[in-house]
Amino acid sequence: MNLSSCSICQFWHSSIGKKLVVALTGLFLVMFLAGHLAGNLLIFQSSADFNEYAHMLHSMMHGWGVWIFRILMLVALALHVIATVQLTAANRSARATRYQKDATMVASRSSRMMIWSGLTVLVFFVFHILHYTVRVSPELKELADFDQNWAMTVKGFQNPLVSIFYIIAMALLCSHLSHGVASIFQTLGLRSRKTAGPITLLSKAYSLIIFVGFISIPISICFFGYGKEELQETEQMIEQAKSLGLDGILHEHRH
Amino acid sequence: MSLDSKIPDGPIEEKWTKHKMNSKLINPANKRKYTVIVVGSGLAGGAAAASLSEMGYKVKCFCYQDSPRRAHSIAAQGGINAAKNYQNDGDSVYRLFYDTVKGGDFRAREANVYRLAEVSNNIIDQCVAQGVPFAREYGGLLDNRSFGGAQVSRTFYARGQTGQQLLIGCYQALEKEIAKGGVEMFTRHEMMDVVKVNGHAKGIVVRDMTTGEISSHAGDAVILATGGYGNVFFLSTNAMGCNVAAAMRAHKRGAYFANPCYTQIHPTCIPVSGDYQSKLTLMSESLRNDGRIWVPKSKEDAQAIREGKKAPTDIAEDDRDYYLERKYPSFGNLAPRDVSSRAAKEVCDEGRGVATTGLGVYLDFKDAIARLGEDTIRARYGNLFQMYEKITGDNPYQTPMQIYPAVHYTMGGLWVDYNLQTSIPGLHCLGEANFSDHGANRLGASALMQGLADGYFVIPTTIAVYLANEKPGTITTEMDEFKQTEKEVKEHINALLNVNGSRTVDSFHRELGLVMWNHCGMARTKEGLEEALQLIPKIREEFWNNVKVPGSGDGVNSELEKAHRVAEFIEFAETMCYDALQREESCGGHFRLEYQFTEDSQEVKEGKTQPGEALRRDEEFAYVAAWQHNGVGEPPTLHKEDLDFDNVHLAIRSYA
Amino acid sequence: MLNLTLKVWRQQNATSEGFIETYDAHDIPESASFLEMLDIVNERILNDGGEPIHFDHDCREGICGQCSLTINGIPHSKERGITACQLHMRKFKTGETIWIEPFRAKAFPLLRDLIVDRSAFDRIIGAGGYVSVRTGSAQDANNLPVAKTKADAAMDAAACIGCGACVAACKNASAMLFVSAKAAHLNLLPQGAPEKNKRVLGMVRQMDAEGFGNCTNQYECEAVCPKEISADNIARLNRDYAIAIADEAAV
Repeated sequence: MNLSSCSICQFWHSSIGKKLVVALTGLFLVMFLAGHLAGNLLIFQSSADFNEYAHMLHSMMHGWGVWIFRILMLVALALHVIATVQLTAANRSARATRYQKDATMVASRSSRMMIWSGLTVLVFFVFHILHYTVRVSPELKELADFDQNWAMTVKGFQNPLVSIFYIIAMALLCSHLSHGVASIFQTLGLRSRKTAGPITLLSKAYSLIIFVGFISIPISICFFGYGKEELQETEQMIEQAKSLGLDGILHEHRH
Repeated sequence: MSLDSKIPDGPIEEKWTKHKMNSKLINPANKRKYTVIVVGSGLAGGAAAASLSEMGYKVKCFCYQDSPRRAHSIAAQGGINAAKNYQNDGDSVYRLFYDTVKGGDFRAREANVYRLAEVSNNIIDQCVAQGVPFAREYGGLLDNRSFGGAQVSRTFYARGQTGQQLLIGCYQALEKEIAKGGVEMFTRHEMMDVVKVNGHAKGIVVRDMTTGEISSHAGDAVILATGGYGNVFFLSTNAMGCNVAAAMRAHKRGAYFANPCYTQIHPTCIPVSGDYQSKLTLMSESLRNDGRIWVPKSKEDAQAIREGKKAPTDIAEDDRDYYLERKYPSFGNLAPRDVSSRAAKEVCDEGRGVATTGLGVYLDFKDAIARLGEDTIRARYGNLFQMYEKITGDNPYQTPMQIYPAVHYTMGGLWVDYNLQTSIPGLHCLGEANFSDHGANRLGASALMQGLADGYFVIPTTIAVYLANEKPGTITTEMDEFKQTEKEVKEHINALLNVNGSRTVDSFHRELGLVMWNHCGMARTKEGLEEALQLIPKIREEFWNNVKVPGSGDGVNSELEKAHRVAEFIEFAETMCYDALQREESCGGHFRLEYQFTEDSQEVKEGKTQPGEALRRDEEFAYVAAWQHNGVGEPPTLHKEDLDFDNVHLAIRSYA
Repeated sequence: MLNLTLKVWRQQNATSEGFIETYDAHDIPESASFLEMLDIVNERILNDGGEPIHFDHDCREGICGQCSLTINGIPHSKERGITACQLHMRKFKTGETIWIEPFRAKAFPLLRDLIVDRSAFDRIIGAGGYVSVRTGSAQDANNLPVAKTKADAAMDAAACIGCGACVAACKNASAMLFVSAKAAHLNLLPQGAPEKNKRVLGMVRQMDAEGFGNCTNQYECEAVCPKEISADNIARLNRDYAIAIADEAAV
């Protein structure tokens, strides 16, 4: 036990070990994004399906599922962030005197701003959790309380500031992924001269799909008025319910 | 002092085995009490340091480079010979021995050469076990090629970088021993002098090239593996740092210098392009298999080419002189290295040379491309053509290459006996730095073999012959001899720094190189050598009155390093000319214009050889010329070690 | 003839302050090599009573790995597959400004001007970059066949000349290309297999101890490597490290 825990320390403190942690947590987060996007795109199918999906997530394993997943997510994210920040700090100090004339041969722009794209996405993540999961806005909270996740999402994105921040964050996420996804393969030792081309292509395609997929939602809502009428109907319905004193019943139904 | 080569008795096949059996051994517990100093970390020095440490000796190893992995052994391209006979083409230890003695133009010691051939097989085993990635066949077994005109395929190779791969193997073994604490490594340290205690070499004085600190190191024996002296010509294929200073310092302390006049000239190098040129680059000799060598027939055409008024492609077929094909119809462009080198010099001396300097001849692939197609030529020489284009900017598929001979390897070196001990007890010398195995000329792919043989297999055994009679650990750097030598070294450095003249070190080196190239280069004459012996002392005198070495001795000072080396080159150059002057014959890497076969020679008439071939004079000159130093500016004293050829019969070289 | 402006890093020794000095390099022959250009400039500096620009160099044919110049921000220049000594002046145009700096990395302390100390590489080799075989104990070379593909891959990795350009080019001053190439050379061969895990752990730990940065898969190393060593070796080392550490933890 002693030996193995020692190995784990060494693993964490070694350059490659820490990178493997980044790659594996990165892989988890990348997979999560795919699932998240697939779920989100239900928004275009119908409000009923979207709400059904949201309900399903919350009732999985008697409500435990979502929490297990959230903890896993948080651990992965925390490891990913701590490891990359530490690695970046070490990288900075590995060259005490910078080049007076700096030049680059092949390193992509994305690869050179990973820490910044990553940290911006982290800030966005916090905002996003507060926005849609913790629901600090009472308007959105109310919609969610009435199990109207579809309406909540639409309502959220009707705010142009929110949508613009979302789009910028997704652009940076796209940049982050275009280097990150390919890097997972290299760090896990799965890239070679022969597979390098397809891996780069996959990485770029994946990040583009994530980007286009995610931003399609705020763009359609904020700039093309998608779901505007249905949201109004839902809000009117809730107003009516409230005025009829049915809100308590709805709440009970939910719990 | 008499020259006792200490060759063991008995049949040649048994000498080495018997010698190992009869040599004293040092018991394992005692080995760690002995300190061995190794100067140089190339194939010979690195292999010796690693092997001695593995055996249990304490080793201190020194090199001037920033890492032992950078020694000039690294630049060898072709390969390494061994008598494995994996190809079943009739090779054997005896045949490798025979070829080497013959290739050395009968000026090598038979017993040493036989031992070299014998251990060649162990070298390959050792290197493969270390992970040297030699070329392999599809079956997974080692591949061989025929090299340098050998009639058997005995050359092992690793792409075009056999030297680097062998050196890495040796360097890795050395780093392993350094990490274990068996070897203490001193990189960026230059040996400044040998310290003798009671007539025995017991240490060295070194300069730390980073801090400038002068320090002494004591040991029970000293090994020099400091490479060759080709840079006495300023321009050569050697690395910029290759120098004779360590060997020269040992020579001044009493070690005899043997056969310094034997220098190997390689015919296919890229010509000099201007005064600024710092070194010459070798192009593989294999190019001569398909390229045709020529110069214009007329001086006018040659001049027009030099001035850029004409291109080689403008010269009509009839106006070209394919001089090797003309002079040596049977061998043509594949005439031996020395013959084709001299022929190139002759046509250039006539004023028919090309290249901007007039010192170049064409190597033309036009006919080969027409005959075989560009693709075939590309497959055979693609990377060489690419390298040539990188350096010269010319595309050899379209315009002929320019080549010229250049100094490549030096066969001479410190005189050593069968145990590789010099004439100073305790001082041993390995690799290119000694004179031992190649005679007057070296076969292709044999330099790597000799360096590793000396380092891995010979010295680890033979050093015990000396050490067994020495009480270990009696020497300390506190002894007066060390203090005195250190003082002399400091004075020498101060002297260099204090000349405060007006000429740069390089300008002296260039001047010396030109004198040596003109008078002691590819073709030598009595008059030329005598003239050189007039000119060199003048260079030496001016050097010590007018050299400019800026900065101080404390810290990195590359001009100071160069100045020290050039000062030794100047003194060495004289010894070299004395040697070339006394050797009134032509053999291997030493060609005296006075001694060559002519149309009238009996041997030529009998068809045994050709006019222009080297005329060896075995009756008078079948000896090793070992020179004793008598002080700066004084003629050295010649000692002769007669060579006996009991196994290989003396024969005239012929390339018919 | 070329007329150039040089911006050269000058620094008297490890502890003194460095700075960029400007030199006028006029009448430089196009056929000169880059280092010969520096020779010419140095000869002029010397004749003007100055101290020459110090730089490391030895073989001047691209194999010893000693030359270590960062030219216009790129180790060994932007030309692919060559060392600085193989660069020729015909690649430049008259009027150009050329920046010449040392190989910069904390693990390569500067000694003077453009000379740096790369002994960290030697220590990494000493930490496992060898096969433990004593001189004289080897079996016959052909007793252990090696598949040609494996031998060729090992040779590809072994082509590394240890110049350190990979470190100098890496945005993070990581030594992963060097370490992975040296490890791959031996790990790929049956002769090196028994010590594989020990080698990988030893070399990686020494690399970390020397203060090199971490690889972020940008492949600058591969692009500047004069021997064009592939970053495949880095992937291989990552994999081998994971296996080795699992082996160490579990066994």
